[in-house]
Amino acid sequence: MKRAGFANPWLPVLLLLPQLTIICLFFYWPAWQAVRSSFFLEDPFGFGETFVGLQNYTRLLDSTQYMKNAWFTLWFSAVVTALSLGIALLLAVKADSVLRGARTYRTLLMWVYAVAPPVAGFIALIVFNQRWGPLTEFFAQFGWEIRIRLEYFDTAFAMIVASVWKQVPVNFIFFLSGLQSIPPAVREAAMIDNRSAVSRFWTVTFPLLAPTGFFLLIINITYSLFDTFGMIDTILRNNPGDQPVTLVYQVYLDGFRGQDIGGSSAQSVVLMVLVLALTVFQFRLVERRIHYT
Amino acid sequence: MAHIPTTSDRAPAPARLLAAGRRRAPRIRWGGLVDHLVLIAGALFMLAPSLMLLQMSTIPDEQIMRTGPSFQIGDRFLPNLDKALNESMSFSGETTGRNMFRNSMILGFGFAIGKIVIAMMAAYAIVYFRLRFAMLAFWLIFTTLLLPLEVRIVPSYEITQQLGLLNTWTGLIVPLIASATATFFFRQYFLSVPEELVEAARIDGAGPIRFFLDILVPLSRTMVAAMFIIMFVYGWNQYLWPTMISTEEGRFTLVQGIKQITQGLEGGHIPEFGRSNILAILAVLPPVLVVVFFQRWFVKGLTDTDK
Amino acid sequence: MARVALDRVRKVYRNGFEAVKPASFEIADGEFLVLVGPSGCGKSTLLRMVAGLEDITEGSLSINGREVNGVDPAERDIAMVFQNYALYPHMTVRRNIAYGLKNRGMAKDRIAAKVQEAARMLNLTEHLDRKPSQLSGGQRQRVAMGRAIVRDPALFLFDEPLSNLDAKLRNQMRIEVKALQRRLGVTSIYVTHDQVEAMTMADRIIVLNAGRIEQIGTPSEIYHSPASVFVASFMGAPPMNLMRGAIETGAVRLSDGTALMQAPAGRGGAVTLGIRPEDVHVGEGPADFDVALVEELGAHRLLHGEVAGQPFTAHVLKDSPLGPGRHRIGLPAGALSLFDPDTGVRL
Repeated sequence: MKRAGFANPWLPVLLLLPQLTIICLFFYWPAWQAVRSSFFLEDPFGFGETFVGLQNYTRLLDSTQYMKNAWFTLWFSAVVTALSLGIALLLAVKADSVLRGARTYRTLLMWVYAVAPPVAGFIALIVFNQRWGPLTEFFAQFGWEIRIRLEYFDTAFAMIVASVWKQVPVNFIFFLSGLQSIPPAVREAAMIDNRSAVSRFWTVTFPLLAPTGFFLLIINITYSLFDTFGMIDTILRNNPGDQPVTLVYQVYLDGFRGQDIGGSSAQSVVLMVLVLALTVFQFRLVERRIHYT
Repeated sequence: MAHIPTTSDRAPAPARLLAAGRRRAPRIRWGGLVDHLVLIAGALFMLAPSLMLLQMSTIPDEQIMRTGPSFQIGDRFLPNLDKALNESMSFSGETTGRNMFRNSMILGFGFAIGKIVIAMMAAYAIVYFRLRFAMLAFWLIFTTLLLPLEVRIVPSYEITQQLGLLNTWTGLIVPLIASATATFFFRQYFLSVPEELVEAARIDGAGPIRFFLDILVPLSRTMVAAMFIIMFVYGWNQYLWPTMISTEEGRFTLVQGIKQITQGLEGGHIPEFGRSNILAILAVLPPVLVVVFFQRWFVKGLTDTDK
Repeated sequence: MARVALDRVRKVYRNGFEAVKPASFEIADGEFLVLVGPSGCGKSTLLRMVAGLEDITEGSLSINGREVNGVDPAERDIAMVFQNYALYPHMTVRRNIAYGLKNRGMAKDRIAAKVQEAARMLNLTEHLDRKPSQLSGGQRQRVAMGRAIVRDPALFLFDEPLSNLDAKLRNQMRIEVKALQRRLGVTSIYVTHDQVEAMTMADRIIVLNAGRIEQIGTPSEIYHSPASVFVASFMGAPPMNLMRGAIETGAVRLSDGTALMQAPAGRGGAVTLGIRPEDVHVGEGPADFDVALVEELGAHRLLHGEVAGQPFTAHVLKDSPLGPGRHRIGLPAGALSLFDPDTGVRL
């Protein structure tokens, strides 16, 4: 708050009213509903509900399907995060060091940020087309017959490729801006102190980029968890069968297709806890960052 | 980024001599070449799929069905474009490219403008007023940053339904606004505006509304532009929520329509790759153009949120 | 024009910190009053209370006999120049200067005339259509002044307006601001942490320390008879020499026993002795000065060293032959200040 704030009593209330109304109606109420119904079992025809305590949660733990998808979500997030961060860092370092065409490269490498996830899924369907998809043909040369939407692993592979393609640009933008905010004097001092460019990168540039990297880590995990929904839905085309899906997709499947409101809500709550934990983790990192810069 | 020349200019004498020596006998800098090769590979990785979509939309669907994408440029682009824009994908006749494009625009603009207006008002109230419950409002608003719409999707849908907002623009746009990203961003920005500006304005006789409209809003225009780009892209690219709220085909957006488009690739008859690909390109073109053309603002807006 | 009176004005922040201890003083019509002190001494808070940007916790503030404690800043008939100028960055110089008049509903042609006049007075005429970002520091400073004078306020408030300028420009602007104030004859309160600014610009100075008024007086009074050890060391560069001493056997003595002057009646025990470097007679006298370093300042020289084992500085003329080594010095009785070593108050 500013030290000389306006003292007007009703104007700020009026200014806050739209935002507060919307978040109460479409955030707190639904969030509360999710928590509440996770403890109830709803009649499939909507004729009432019974309190069942933690039963919806124990049901999740007992469900092999749910546990399988939880594992998939875990390694899917890990792989997507690692790959997209790694590739983006490499590209950002190169884009920062070239003199000619830096702007063009930047544009070419970042525009995919604006591509909607379902379109990434659509593209995956084409490049992995079973008859003539360019990537299918490419991997066939190594004896790997990719059959997405039929083979569990192949589908997961296509999802990872699409997600990485979609996620590299955001990381690239942040890494490049992080690199460019390193003061020239620091780099020049490093150039005088250290002859090896590789060693300079690992001892000076990389540690200075670490805060950006931590921040991106959280962003990427959240992305893999939530923003991949459209991509997955496009690839699976309403027909998951026994193909890999993320936990968010499962919430949608159980809540809307299965009409299992209690189970779906319990899953929502599990995800909420997960995101809260991630955010707390992120805040602690941000606090550390302040000492850094 | 003209980094290396300044360094060599300022380098001590021996290094300068070395650099001069290098200049006299120009050699290929292998390191630089590798840099460019890596970047070109990266750019191709990003670009190739969309070029492929474009190429496929220029050749007949029958040919694609047999051989897939190639390097051949055919003459079917315009007929396919016409089909994509004007022919409906479904029986209702409403899922034409034109129609979906308009709906996407409504969603993108409605979301971006609504969010920015509401966020600026709220951030202004929090930062510039002595408010008894400011802390409470702050926490109420910023807790929403923690939970994305996806985790509360089922109850959100139910509430929207109970309010009778299914298949309305309000029902589509307003619940999406219920997250405080922009408010948080504007709050950060307002806090960075020098304290003395509001004091000078108060001495100059400007009340709270006049200060907001005369000083703060014009001052924030770069930030507003950056926010607008990010929010427009975010709104345009929404998928799950529109899929659930807009079930009438006349309200389908392009991104939402992708699923219908892919379904058009299945079935007994010849899959219409030409039309589908053009619709997919149409679905990414406006946000991509916005991001590319307003790159500077967009990058600033995006990376500033990381503070 | 205005008279300003503060009666036991006090500021306590919500966290309990007492930024300004009860302060009472009056400012005469047309007077240039400088509030000076180190950062955090409460001088800006005091100014901001006069401006109405900060609530007054206790006491009463009146302008021309009217109590204005609860009056909005815009209604106090004041103008303020801020340290960072607080120019509206998106407005041209013209609109910056005119903004306050526009908000008062003044007619357009009158505004234009007043802006022209202010711009002429401040040499800004050719910059009127520029944005603040296109101006130099000194020009921005002038725009901030323009915004203040165009309103014909009863009271000018300056919050360290020159501290963002480089040394040369600061000297020049100091003279300009003072001349302008003389010409307009507007009562002014000027806050600074720079004692040179305070000495050169003020009609009267108030020295603040830790929220408390240490001394109120003309520059000459403050300089020659500082009311406390704090004032003595804060005002003047180099500062007054302060040494431990004592009143013993009827004489004021240095800690090594050297007698300097006859003791004032009724005092005894330890005292703090103060003397300005330029009041020291170097060459002859009762005390020994071990000079370690000569600081060449062109117009004069400063000798740094020790007297009776305590740091000491003396001021000599530029052609003085004295260098490092031991010299005799005299400390004239009329130039000596005596302070209570416990409270720091002048005796």
